[in-house]
Amino acid sequence: MADHDGVASQTVEELLESTLESVDQAEETVLRLATEMGFDEDEQHRIGMSVRECMVNAVVHGNRYNTRKKVHLTVSRTAGRLEIVVGDEGSSFDVSKLPDPLAEENLLRQSGRGLLMMQAFMDEFQVRPRQPLGTEVRMVKYLGESIKEA
Amino acid sequence: MSVKLTTRQVGDVTVVDAVGRITLGDGASTFRDTVRDLAAGGKKKLLLNLAEVSYIDSSGIGEMVSGFTTVSNQGGQVKLLNLTKRVKDLLQITKLYTVFEVFDDEASAVRSFT
Repeated sequence: MADHDGVASQTVEELLESTLESVDQAEETVLRLATEMGFDEDEQHRIGMSVRECMVNAVVHGNRYNTRKKVHLTVSRTAGRLEIVVGDEGSSFDVSKLPDPLAEENLLRQSGRGLLMMQAFMDEFQVRPRQPLGTEVRMVKYLGESIKEA
Repeated sequence: MSVKLTTRQVGDVTVVDAVGRITLGDGASTFRDTVRDLAAGGKKKLLLNLAEVSYIDSSGIGEMVSGFTTVSNQGGQVKLLNLTKRVKDLLQITKLYTVFEVFDDEASAVRSFT
Protein backbone atom coordinates (compact mmCIF):
# COMPACT_ATOMS: atom_id res chain seq x y z
CA MET A 1 0.00 0.00 0.00
CA ALA A 2 1.20 3.54 -0.70
CA ASP A 3 0.08 6.84 0.77
CA HIS A 4 -0.60 10.04 -1.18
CA ASP A 5 3.11 10.86 -1.39
CA GLY A 6 3.77 7.54 -3.01
CA VAL A 7 5.73 6.38 0.01
CA ALA A 8 4.97 2.92 1.32
CA SER A 9 2.54 2.99 4.20
CA GLN A 10 1.54 0.07 6.33
CA THR A 11 -0.73 -0.75 9.22
CA VAL A 12 -0.27 -3.78 11.43
CA GLU A 13 -2.93 -4.88 13.91
CA GLU A 14 -2.37 -7.51 16.58
CA LEU A 15 -4.64 -8.93 19.27
CA LEU A 16 -2.36 -9.89 22.13
CA GLU A 17 -2.74 -12.01 25.24
CA SER A 18 -2.45 -10.35 28.65
CA THR A 19 0.99 -11.77 29.33
CA LEU A 20 4.50 -10.39 29.62
CA GLU A 21 5.43 -12.38 26.50
CA SER A 22 3.11 -10.03 24.61
CA VAL A 23 5.32 -7.14 25.70
CA ASP A 24 8.23 -8.68 23.79
CA GLN A 25 5.99 -9.45 20.81
CA ALA A 26 4.70 -5.87 20.59
CA GLU A 27 8.20 -4.42 20.88
CA GLU A 28 9.41 -6.72 18.12
CA THR A 29 6.55 -5.72 15.79
CA VAL A 30 7.04 -2.00 16.36
CA LEU A 31 10.82 -2.11 16.10
CA ARG A 32 10.61 -4.00 12.81
CA LEU A 33 8.65 -1.15 11.29
CA ALA A 34 10.78 1.51 12.98
CA THR A 35 13.93 -0.09 11.60
CA GLU A 36 12.48 -0.28 8.10
CA MET A 37 11.58 3.40 8.33
CA GLY A 38 15.17 4.33 9.15
CA PHE A 39 15.00 5.36 12.80
CA ASP A 40 18.51 5.28 14.24
CA GLU A 41 19.56 3.04 17.12
CA ASP A 42 18.91 5.60 19.85
CA GLU A 43 15.47 6.40 18.51
CA GLN A 44 14.68 2.70 18.21
CA HIS A 45 15.65 2.33 21.86
CA ARG A 46 13.27 5.15 22.88
CA ILE A 47 10.44 3.80 20.75
CA GLY A 48 11.01 0.27 22.04
CA MET A 49 11.09 1.39 25.65
CA SER A 50 7.87 3.39 25.18
CA VAL A 51 6.13 0.38 23.69
CA ARG A 52 7.32 -1.84 26.54
CA GLU A 53 6.15 0.61 29.20
CA CYS A 54 2.81 0.99 27.46
CA MET A 55 2.33 -2.75 27.04
CA VAL A 56 3.28 -3.44 30.67
CA ASN A 57 0.67 -0.91 31.79
CA ALA A 58 -1.95 -2.56 29.59
CA VAL A 59 -1.15 -6.11 30.74
CA VAL A 60 -0.41 -5.46 34.41
CA HIS A 61 -2.52 -2.43 35.39
CA GLY A 62 -5.22 -2.48 32.70
CA ASN A 63 -6.06 -6.11 32.10
CA ARG A 64 -4.43 -7.32 35.34
CA TYR A 65 -3.15 -10.46 33.58
CA ASN A 66 -6.77 -11.53 32.97
CA THR A 67 -6.56 -14.21 30.28
CA ARG A 68 -10.04 -13.31 28.98
CA LYS A 69 -8.94 -9.76 28.24
CA LYS A 70 -6.81 -8.81 25.26
CA VAL A 71 -4.42 -6.03 24.37
CA HIS A 72 -5.13 -4.32 21.05
CA LEU A 73 -2.01 -3.13 19.22
CA THR A 74 -2.16 -1.03 16.06
CA VAL A 75 1.04 0.21 14.44
CA SER A 76 0.84 2.51 11.40
CA ARG A 77 3.68 3.86 9.35
CA THR A 78 3.44 6.57 6.77
CA ALA A 79 6.14 8.80 5.35
CA GLY A 80 8.31 9.73 8.33
CA ARG A 81 5.59 9.05 10.90
CA LEU A 82 5.15 6.04 13.15
CA GLU A 83 1.93 5.80 15.16
CA ILE A 84 1.41 3.21 17.89
CA VAL A 85 -1.94 2.63 19.60
CA VAL A 86 -2.20 0.26 22.55
CA GLY A 87 -5.63 -0.48 24.01
CA ASP A 88 -6.57 -2.60 27.00
CA GLU A 89 -9.90 -3.90 28.29
CA GLY A 90 -9.54 -2.82 31.90
CA SER A 91 -10.97 0.12 33.79
CA SER A 92 -10.23 3.54 32.34
CA PHE A 93 -8.46 6.08 34.50
CA ASP A 94 -7.92 9.83 34.68
CA VAL A 95 -4.28 10.65 33.92
CA SER A 96 -4.61 14.05 35.58
CA LYS A 97 -5.33 12.34 38.90
CA LEU A 98 -2.11 10.31 38.92
CA PRO A 99 0.64 11.51 41.29
CA ASP A 100 3.26 13.70 39.61
CA PRO A 101 6.43 11.54 39.62
CA LEU A 102 8.59 14.66 39.45
CA ALA A 103 7.14 16.24 42.59
CA GLU A 104 9.64 16.30 45.44
CA GLU A 105 7.41 14.16 47.66
CA ASN A 106 7.07 11.48 44.95
CA LEU A 107 10.69 11.14 43.84
CA LEU A 108 11.26 8.12 46.07
CA ARG A 109 8.07 6.30 45.08
CA GLN A 110 8.83 2.92 43.60
CA SER A 111 6.38 3.20 40.70
CA GLY A 112 4.59 5.75 38.54
CA ARG A 113 7.31 6.75 36.05
CA GLY A 114 6.17 4.83 32.97
CA LEU A 115 3.90 7.51 31.51
CA LEU A 116 6.55 10.14 32.13
CA MET A 117 9.10 8.13 30.16
CA MET A 118 6.70 7.58 27.24
CA GLN A 119 5.93 11.30 27.12
CA ALA A 120 9.62 12.13 27.12
CA PHE A 121 10.57 9.62 24.43
CA MET A 122 7.72 10.11 21.97
CA ASP A 123 6.72 13.20 19.97
CA GLU A 124 3.00 12.84 20.61
CA PHE A 125 1.38 11.08 23.52
CA GLN A 126 -2.28 10.77 24.40
CA VAL A 127 -4.29 8.68 26.86
CA ARG A 128 -8.02 8.33 26.29
CA PRO A 129 -10.86 5.98 27.19
CA ARG A 130 -11.21 3.09 24.78
CA GLN A 131 -14.62 2.15 23.41
CA PRO A 132 -16.44 0.09 24.54
CA LEU A 133 -14.16 -0.33 27.55
CA GLY A 134 -10.62 0.14 28.74
CA THR A 135 -7.88 2.65 28.09
CA GLU A 136 -6.12 3.52 24.86
CA VAL A 137 -2.69 5.10 24.55
CA ARG A 138 -1.69 6.72 21.27
CA MET A 139 1.96 7.58 20.62
CA VAL A 140 3.60 9.08 17.56
CA LYS A 141 7.25 9.36 16.60
CA TYR A 142 8.45 11.41 13.65
CA LEU A 143 11.58 10.49 11.76
CA GLY A 144 14.25 13.11 12.30
CA GLU A 145 12.79 14.64 15.46
CA SER A 146 15.27 14.80 18.34
CA ILE A 147 14.50 13.77 21.91
CA LYS A 148 12.59 16.38 23.86
CA GLU A 149 14.33 18.12 26.72
CA ALA A 150 13.61 16.45 30.05
CA MET B 1 19.21 -11.49 28.72
CA SER B 2 18.33 -10.73 32.31
CA VAL B 3 20.75 -9.05 34.67
CA LYS B 4 23.82 -10.73 36.17
CA LEU B 5 25.09 -9.23 39.40
CA THR B 6 28.45 -9.89 41.01
CA THR B 7 29.77 -8.25 44.15
CA ARG B 8 33.26 -7.40 45.32
CA GLN B 9 34.66 -5.51 48.30
CA VAL B 10 36.82 -2.42 47.94
CA GLY B 11 37.65 -1.54 51.53
CA ASP B 12 34.32 -1.26 53.30
CA VAL B 13 32.47 -0.45 50.08
CA THR B 14 30.57 -3.22 48.29
CA VAL B 15 30.73 -2.77 44.54
CA VAL B 16 27.91 -4.44 42.62
CA ASP B 17 28.84 -5.01 38.99
CA ALA B 18 25.68 -5.36 36.92
CA VAL B 19 25.56 -6.79 33.39
CA GLY B 20 22.43 -7.01 31.22
CA ARG B 21 18.91 -5.63 31.54
CA ILE B 22 17.11 -4.47 34.68
CA THR B 23 13.47 -4.77 33.62
CA LEU B 24 10.14 -6.04 34.87
CA GLY B 25 10.42 -9.74 35.63
CA ASP B 26 13.69 -11.48 36.34
CA GLY B 27 16.04 -8.51 36.06
CA ALA B 28 14.28 -6.18 38.47
CA SER B 29 13.57 -8.91 41.04
CA THR B 30 17.17 -10.17 40.92
CA PHE B 31 18.36 -6.65 41.51
CA ARG B 32 15.92 -6.13 44.40
CA ASP B 33 16.86 -9.41 46.09
CA THR B 34 20.59 -8.74 45.79
CA VAL B 35 20.39 -5.26 47.30
CA ARG B 36 18.12 -6.45 50.12
CA ASP B 37 20.38 -9.41 50.89
CA LEU B 38 23.43 -7.15 51.01
CA ALA B 39 21.66 -4.70 53.31
CA ALA B 40 20.43 -7.52 55.53
CA GLY B 41 24.00 -8.83 55.70
CA GLY B 42 25.24 -5.51 57.01
CA LYS B 43 26.60 -4.14 53.73
CA LYS B 44 25.54 -0.55 53.91
CA LYS B 45 27.93 1.16 51.49
CA LEU B 46 26.79 0.03 48.07
CA LEU B 47 28.25 1.22 44.78
CA LEU B 48 26.23 0.07 41.78
CA ASN B 49 28.39 -0.22 38.69
CA LEU B 50 26.00 0.05 35.74
CA ALA B 51 28.61 0.26 32.97
CA GLU B 52 27.37 -2.95 31.36
CA VAL B 53 23.66 -2.35 31.86
CA SER B 54 22.14 -1.95 28.44
CA TYR B 55 18.56 -1.31 29.43
CA ILE B 56 16.59 -0.20 32.50
CA ASP B 57 12.82 0.25 32.40
CA SER B 58 10.56 2.00 34.91
CA SER B 59 10.38 -1.18 37.02
CA GLY B 60 14.18 -1.31 37.15
CA ILE B 61 14.32 2.36 38.08
CA GLY B 62 11.74 1.63 40.77
CA GLU B 63 13.89 -1.13 42.21
CA MET B 64 16.92 1.17 42.26
CA VAL B 65 14.91 3.74 44.20
CA SER B 66 13.54 1.06 46.51
CA GLY B 67 17.07 -0.20 47.20
CA PHE B 68 18.22 3.34 47.87
CA THR B 69 15.39 3.82 50.39
CA THR B 70 15.98 0.46 52.09
CA VAL B 71 19.69 1.05 52.57
CA SER B 72 19.28 4.73 53.52
CA ASN B 73 16.71 3.82 56.16
CA GLN B 74 19.33 1.55 57.73
CA GLY B 75 21.86 4.35 57.83
CA GLY B 76 23.66 3.29 54.65
CA GLN B 77 24.37 4.80 51.25
CA VAL B 78 23.76 3.72 47.66
CA LYS B 79 25.68 5.43 44.86
CA LEU B 80 25.90 4.87 41.12
CA LEU B 81 28.97 4.34 38.94
CA ASN B 82 29.60 4.42 35.18
CA LEU B 83 26.17 5.15 33.78
CA THR B 84 25.62 4.73 30.06
CA LYS B 85 24.16 7.69 28.20
CA ARG B 86 20.78 5.98 28.03
CA VAL B 87 20.65 5.43 31.78
CA LYS B 88 21.81 9.00 32.36
CA ASP B 89 18.95 10.18 30.15
CA LEU B 90 16.51 8.19 32.27
CA LEU B 91 17.83 9.72 35.48
CA GLN B 92 17.47 13.18 33.92
CA ILE B 93 13.91 12.52 32.76
CA THR B 94 12.86 11.15 36.15
CA LYS B 95 14.81 13.78 38.14
CA LEU B 96 16.58 11.01 40.01
CA TYR B 97 19.86 12.80 39.42
CA THR B 98 18.79 14.82 42.45
CA VAL B 99 18.53 11.63 44.52
CA PHE B 100 21.52 9.50 43.50
CA GLU B 101 25.16 10.50 43.65
CA VAL B 102 26.69 9.48 40.32
CA PHE B 103 30.38 8.87 39.54
CA ASP B 104 32.42 8.08 36.45
CA ASP B 105 35.49 6.98 38.39
CA GLU B 106 35.47 4.06 40.82
CA ALA B 107 38.27 5.30 43.06
CA SER B 108 36.56 8.66 43.55
CA ALA B 109 33.26 6.95 44.19
CA VAL B 110 34.77 4.65 46.83
CA ARG B 111 36.48 7.60 48.56
CA SER B 112 33.19 9.53 48.67
CA PHE B 113 31.54 7.13 51.12
CA THR B 114 31.53 8.36 54.71
